[in-house]
Amino acid sequence: MSEHITFVVNGIPRELDVEPRRLLVQALREDLDLTGTHVGCDTSQCGACTVHVDGMAVKSCTMLAVQAEGSEVRTIEGLADGDTLHPLQAAFWEKHGLQCGFCTPGMIMTAADLLARNADPSDDEIRHAIDGNICRCTGYQNIVAAVREAARVIRSGGATVAAQG
Amino acid sequence: MIPAAFDYQRSATLDDALKAIADGGGTVKLLAGGQSLLPLLKLRLGSADRLVDIGRLGELKGVRRLPDGRLAIGAMTTYSELAASSARHYGVVADALPTIGDVQVRNRGTVGGAVAHADPASDLAACFLALDAEIVARSVRGERTIPVDGFFTGPFSTALATDELITEVRLPGPRDDAGSAYASLEQPASGYAMVGAAVVVFVAGDGSIEGANVALTGVGPHPYRARAVEAALAGSDRSAASLAAAAAHATDGIDVVGDIHAGREYRTAMAAVYTRRAIEAALARLG
Amino acid sequence: MAIDMLGSPVKRTEDPRFITGKGRYLDDIKLQNMAHMAILRSPYAHANIRSIDTSAAARMPGVIRVITGADIPYNPLPMAWPAGGSSGIQNNVNTPRALATDSVKWTGEGVAAVIAETPEQAVDALDAIVVDWAPLPAVVDAEKATQPGAPQLHENAPNNVVFVWNVGDKAGTDAAIDAAEVVVRQRIVNQRLIPNPMEVRGDIGWYNPGTEEYTVWMSSQTPHIQRLLLTAFVTGIPEHKVRCISPDVGGAFGTKIFCYADMALVMFASKAIGGRPVKWVESRRESYGSTIHGRDHITYLEIAGARDGQVTGLRVKTYANLGGRLSTIGPGIPTTLYGRVLAGPYKFPNVSCEVTGVYTNTTFVDAYRGAGRPEATYVVERAMDLFAAEIGMDPAEVRRRNFLAPDQFPYDNPSGLGTAVNGEKIFIDSGNYEPAMDKALATVGYADMAAKKAEAKARGKLLGVGLSTYIEVCGVAPSKWIGAVGEGWGAAMWESANIKVHLTGKIIATVGTQPQGQGHETTYAQVIAHELGVPMEDVIVQHSDTQGTPFGYGSYGSRTSSVGMTAAVKAAAKVREKARRYAAHMLEANVEDIEVDGASYRVKGSPDKVKTIQEIAFAIDLGFSLPPDMEPYLDETAYHDTTNCTWPFGTHVAVVEIDEESGKVDLVRYVAVDDVGKKINPMIVDGQLHGGIAQGVGQALWEGAIYGDDGQLQSGSLLDYALPRASWLPNLELDETVTPSPVNPLGVKGVGEAGAIASTAAVANAVVDALRPLGIRHLDMPYTAQTVWRAIQGSKGGQA
Repeated sequence: MSEHITFVVNGIPRELDVEPRRLLVQALREDLDLTGTHVGCDTSQCGACTVHVDGMAVKSCTMLAVQAEGSEVRTIEGLADGDTLHPLQAAFWEKHGLQCGFCTPGMIMTAADLLARNADPSDDEIRHAIDGNICRCTGYQNIVAAVREAARVIRSGGATVAAQG
Repeated sequence: MIPAAFDYQRSATLDDALKAIADGGGTVKLLAGGQSLLPLLKLRLGSADRLVDIGRLGELKGVRRLPDGRLAIGAMTTYSELAASSARHYGVVADALPTIGDVQVRNRGTVGGAVAHADPASDLAACFLALDAEIVARSVRGERTIPVDGFFTGPFSTALATDELITEVRLPGPRDDAGSAYASLEQPASGYAMVGAAVVVFVAGDGSIEGANVALTGVGPHPYRARAVEAALAGSDRSAASLAAAAAHATDGIDVVGDIHAGREYRTAMAAVYTRRAIEAALARLG
Repeated sequence: MAIDMLGSPVKRTEDPRFITGKGRYLDDIKLQNMAHMAILRSPYAHANIRSIDTSAAARMPGVIRVITGADIPYNPLPMAWPAGGSSGIQNNVNTPRALATDSVKWTGEGVAAVIAETPEQAVDALDAIVVDWAPLPAVVDAEKATQPGAPQLHENAPNNVVFVWNVGDKAGTDAAIDAAEVVVRQRIVNQRLIPNPMEVRGDIGWYNPGTEEYTVWMSSQTPHIQRLLLTAFVTGIPEHKVRCISPDVGGAFGTKIFCYADMALVMFASKAIGGRPVKWVESRRESYGSTIHGRDHITYLEIAGARDGQVTGLRVKTYANLGGRLSTIGPGIPTTLYGRVLAGPYKFPNVSCEVTGVYTNTTFVDAYRGAGRPEATYVVERAMDLFAAEIGMDPAEVRRRNFLAPDQFPYDNPSGLGTAVNGEKIFIDSGNYEPAMDKALATVGYADMAAKKAEAKARGKLLGVGLSTYIEVCGVAPSKWIGAVGEGWGAAMWESANIKVHLTGKIIATVGTQPQGQGHETTYAQVIAHELGVPMEDVIVQHSDTQGTPFGYGSYGSRTSSVGMTAAVKAAAKVREKARRYAAHMLEANVEDIEVDGASYRVKGSPDKVKTIQEIAFAIDLGFSLPPDMEPYLDETAYHDTTNCTWPFGTHVAVVEIDEESGKVDLVRYVAVDDVGKKINPMIVDGQLHGGIAQGVGQALWEGAIYGDDGQLQSGSLLDYALPRASWLPNLELDETVTPSPVNPLGVKGVGEAGAIASTAAVANAVVDALRPLGIRHLDMPYTAQTVWRAIQGSKGGQA
């Protein structure tokens, strides 16, 4: 038995027929080919699957696709403004905030949620905000530096946090 | 990672949801934020024939002040929404919320879902116990109010009937003579409390302790009120020795649980330590 | 002229795809008509299989085929690195098959596979497979497994012993210990770790019935090696009929070096269903039984010395748990990569080590970041601290008195740690250990630690400071050495690079190494751009596909920069030389008169007579006018076989605070001074150190696989196996000394593992330092709150 869902993904209206058990992350990856959102665990620990639903960071592996009915979903693929990188993307690049890149999309989406709520987070606030995202490569050090740098750029008027749009 | 198949029904109204669970018997599960239920289904540690989604019910969302000063928390209020609401003025809630899951979980997980799920290590359950909250439950048969003390009956089990759902959690109004705090020691991997202590202390005009509500989570088969600690605190002075002596009763009469992360002996000892720390923090909030 | 980026912290060229969600990892690949596979895994740690009934599963919706081990004619997986190599030491070898046939040796060993139209259907059908199990008693502890009466796993391995391997001077060490003024003995456990790269493993197998060729996409560090092993040893399919492709790899840390059962299984499955591609991706929980674990040593150490601080002997006996069957190079890790570096940076006159490799009913164990060297560092660094505590001397001072001096290199340990069969040796080529330690101690404020401890004590905290003055061997390894001693893959270990300068002047480099997050596309380009004087953006680096890249042994053991990039330097030199010869042809000059300055090739003394490499490439590639002895195309390949390994070193210092009431440990400062030689990209080097340190700290404080006595993995998911989180780690303070490696033209040593090798011991020493006032002289990791609390309680009871 499948359910029909209508939602907006990265600004584009989408309709899907999915099994009720289909997780949002599977719908994004398998049905919509948005493979930038990754699956890193099966216990809702790692945060690699983090996307925004109605402006909030959520773990798309811990949400059914049917629960996204009528929602606005944003994934890493929808974060940049055309060819212009989001300040977080630019800062992760600039500060070497990624190595293998697997956790990076989820990490950036979580960081975007933080910066939407807190324009000038301390290192400690950044570290706590990303506690639901595991990175095995960087020891988090340059991720923290990247989020701090992105916050600075956004505050200085370099860009706005499009993630909430 | 892939749950076994189930049917899905999104409730448009609370009455729809009540009817669905009344008709469904035990094979229907309510889906709120899904932060506890979906992981169980994904690991196939739980199953359901049908999920009834109540996550969108606007009538169950939000925090409001009742005319008598009490605070009513809609069951589908998320942790993040709770943190932004006036509930944050309860020190015990403000302390506990940041320790629950992570940002993403707090953005989806709901107060009602947490209470109904009744995880033996639920942080919020301890807070509500210490605050003497009331659980409002509804079924097609009507509504009833259940004191939170006694609501939790075992691991993942509550006083709710199978056809009931939680609509609201009510907290008593703020009191000037009360200070509260939550202190916990988390299991590093899961983030669940191995020991969590929620404390509300009431202080007399002379600064002595008039009484206290003390609740623990993660320690026993379900979150519980530590009556022996409360009795020892009533009328006690605020000396470190007195507080420690009271906190030492944290597990009196409790069948303390043990696992690979914290054995019985360690949990028992930490229950006393974190209870004392929560008492101290609650008193510190009163100045 | 192009800006030279060698040595610069240039931003990585691979990042744009990763930060925009356009990386291409294994599970992102979708092929037309692709089927999906799920594997039924043993719920028992030890059992015989009486029968498997797949009939009900075969009738489930969407199921295309159900496979059991009996269907598969392949050989067991190879074991490529026996303990002792060609020395003749008995290795009792048992390796996994694509699917187990008669018995299972750990929870998670695969016994049947379902191929279905969707992943959901494949998983659903697993529940319908009926296995008639005959459970057997299990053993999970390597030391207990060797004792009389222990459950026996394999007929050819009495007492579950895989091998007993010795290194060093046993008689000399025994004598030194007998004669010593001070001897300290300690049993220490280096607990089992689950590596947990964030991307799990997976494979896609595709048999093309038209060409009878196989393509296997795999999340692997070693696609060339896997093609070799899968064809020559497992499937019998000719090597030239198989192509292996490793797409973007989401972290590996050793786990993706190896030949796994699932690789062979997807090949078999694709052919079995008529040539549809078959994808399998492990789940995280599944990975705990399907992908290797690391470490898991039980060690008895004895360190001897004099009260003046001189150490005179180190005797080590280790039980190395290798799991239920052997992984590809499992026996090599606790032998060559452990015993041969046990002396660390110290002039131990006498060292001996005995390692017993053991089968247990646990997931197989192989190389995890550092692989043997973290275990060795842990032993010697704990030993130095135990010795220092025993004689009442500062641990830094004890180290200072025993460091090898800068003029002692190349150093050959007198006990013969570096000597393998036939007298072949590995030398420590260079080092200057004291400056790194001094720098680290100054940064951390080592002299003020007593005051800091007193201040912490007033807050109810026990403060401890710990050192790890490590060395590591990386850049493995000279093929001549491997060939002589057989310690290594059972194959050579050179690397390769091909550089093509195309008509438009754009350069494509193909290499045999394989990145997993290290930024090779950037650093190879930095090296090649430097060598050829071209802009970095004109160089693209291709890798990870056996079709189109020269053979290479892959990336692990911190070897890509020292071995692989030296191959690139050599290939660039060949390109330069051919371009120079052609420049002489174009400019009508003698080759000897052509000067190369970046991309410009000019006639000495005639600055106007100049051609750029782009102009030269265009002309050579066209080939309209070539000298008689020159072939068209500016296209050169080089292979590099290193003359020695490289030897990074440094000092790491950890400062911890322990909550005396709860036992909770906080890492409050971490200072690392590393000497990894010259740096191609210091930003990337720092990143490697950060990540390695975090993993090593993870071992010390949080990580550990826990098995029940029944062989069930109790830390069987990320709910019970803790990985370091951002808020648990302090800002890591890095510094450096630079001693260029003499064994390669870049002067590089390697940095992929240094952090993980050094940090565990530093944190361990800090925790024990904090607890020492309570009379505690050693504690086994991980230092969870409960473990530390128990130790504190024990000390109060008068026990240490």
